[in-house]
Amino acid sequence: MHWVNIILQGALTGGLYALFAAGLSLIFGVMRLVNIAHGDLIVVAAYVALMVTSALAINPLMSIIIVIPIMAAIGYALQRLLLNRTLGNDLLPPLLVTFGLSVIIQNGLLELFTADSRKLQAGSVEVDSIAIGPGLAVGTLPLIQFVVAIAVIAALQAIFYRTALGRAFRATSDDRAVAQLMGLDNRHVYALAMALCMAVVAIAGVLLAVRANFDPSIGPARLIFGFEAVIIGGLGSMWGTLAGGIILGIAQAIGAEINPGWQLLAGHLAFLLIVAIRPEGLFPKVQG
Amino acid sequence: MAVVRVEHASPSSRIGTGLLLAIVVALAFAPLWGGREDLRLLSEIYSYVALASLWNLLAGYAGLVSVGQQAYVGIGAYALFALTMFAGVPPLVAIPIAGLVATVISVPVATLLFRLRGHYFAIATWVIAEVFRLLSAQISALGGGSGTSLPATIVISIASNRAVREWLTYWVSLALAVAIVGAIFVLLRSRYGLALTAIRDNELAARSNGVDATRTKLVIYVLTACGTAMVGALIFLQKLRISPDTAFSVNDWTAFVIFITVIGGVGRIEGPLIGTIVFFILRQLLADYGSVYLLMLGVIAIAAMLKAPKGLWGLVADRFGWQMLPLERRVAVPGDVKQSPQPKTP
Repeated sequence: MHWVNIILQGALTGGLYALFAAGLSLIFGVMRLVNIAHGDLIVVAAYVALMVTSALAINPLMSIIIVIPIMAAIGYALQRLLLNRTLGNDLLPPLLVTFGLSVIIQNGLLELFTADSRKLQAGSVEVDSIAIGPGLAVGTLPLIQFVVAIAVIAALQAIFYRTALGRAFRATSDDRAVAQLMGLDNRHVYALAMALCMAVVAIAGVLLAVRANFDPSIGPARLIFGFEAVIIGGLGSMWGTLAGGIILGIAQAIGAEINPGWQLLAGHLAFLLIVAIRPEGLFPKVQG
Repeated sequence: MAVVRVEHASPSSRIGTGLLLAIVVALAFAPLWGGREDLRLLSEIYSYVALASLWNLLAGYAGLVSVGQQAYVGIGAYALFALTMFAGVPPLVAIPIAGLVATVISVPVATLLFRLRGHYFAIATWVIAEVFRLLSAQISALGGGSGTSLPATIVISIASNRAVREWLTYWVSLALAVAIVGAIFVLLRSRYGLALTAIRDNELAARSNGVDATRTKLVIYVLTACGTAMVGALIFLQKLRISPDTAFSVNDWTAFVIFITVIGGVGRIEGPLIGTIVFFILRQLLADYGSVYLLMLGVIAIAAMLKAPKGLWGLVADRFGWQMLPLERRVAVPGDVKQSPQPKTP
């Protein structure tokens, strides 16, 4: 029962990692953009939620409704004004520009909010738990996060494969030149993809801020978890990304159980092992 | 049939090489004209010249865009601390051994990394650097996660006189930077350089002409790891204090190194030299502003990438056709004095 519990808790944490990864998976799939600033943008969302909750005195989980449009607007503008200009066959320009963005965001947040650790207080939901069997209970908050992660991924999957917007995403992903010939404005399509990505980032940021302490420097670590989940899952597969997040969460939970210092290490080693065996990930839908 | 030679030098490269040698000689005498702070700053500049030149070789020439070179800075630094503290190796001898340690580690790492391409390669390099950071935090003899300081007895073993010690480490860091840039120059002039240029321009065509692209890239990756680790060992010998977070810092040893290379010019040997000078001028000008300085640096790097993707030296080279070191290859036919413009490979 002990190990069942560990794997269960790990899987629930994996839901949060899948949320970090879902937006990345989307923009990576649509425009092959590796956004180094993705983790820092999650932290930005957390600080936006902090400002919204303190200004309006509402529950942090409610603030998601306001944070989502703010972050989506930032995403659209970011893509339109900056990131679109970096896209091409060369890997370096987007990498460097988002690295620059990452440094700008980290130091900007440091100037605005200092290096102090913050946390959003969501009330009793943070400590509540639900018994699901003898000696087995799950926290309400991790469960909410997991359910939200599944809902977000199901929504992204539906948008990607069942709507006109998703068709535009898939078309530009397959061949941007032909998509353009068919009348799609790639710049707009990419910006919409980034806006959608940032809407997911908003949800991830709020849930992160409720669950743990955050400060301006924690973005890159979230980014790595996100990338790992995307690559484990395989390019273009949203459910694969969820599986990747869960695998990562379980590996970390098992590692932590063996030795507290091995938590993150176990996650990274699981990632490297999977990549060594299947470089294209577990469930690839699109060719990288 | 006329005997065809390949010429490398041009008037600009003769002036550039002469100027560069003169500067190196002047810098070698820096202990005579500079104070303690100057030497410290110059050593740091040399470290960044070396790191950026190595990253440029890896990403700009071999097309291996790594965001995980901090792995080798950290491995070199930890190897130096371990060798000097536990094996009693003299610090300056430990530097090349640290390079050797990284060389040995980089081969299996490369075997794994080379299964991946492009974006996946870049991300996996970062994950591997994280693995080494977390592993180093497990070494309790070196202070675990909080790190440790180099014992004074080891520092004194370099030379008992403080001034002599500082001169010695200064000269070693100058020599290391010159050796690394020199080695890269020799490499680029060799058949490996030609192979790299061919791979960079068109990998498929290079392969079909008999260039073993994978082997060439592997050699570059391993050599870069070795050089990066030696620089890392030297940096932390001067810092005297090590911790996993500083030794494996992605911002210090990769983000800034990429900024430097891009501002100066990726894929040109002069790029990292120019970029490092710009980086340190900015730092000296803006150092008082703390984190705003880093913010500005990010803005400048983004602006450089968008407005001058070939970097500052790229602008100069395109405009005037200059090269600082004789690296271009021109076919010269004897007797044909007035040559028509020849296609050049930079």
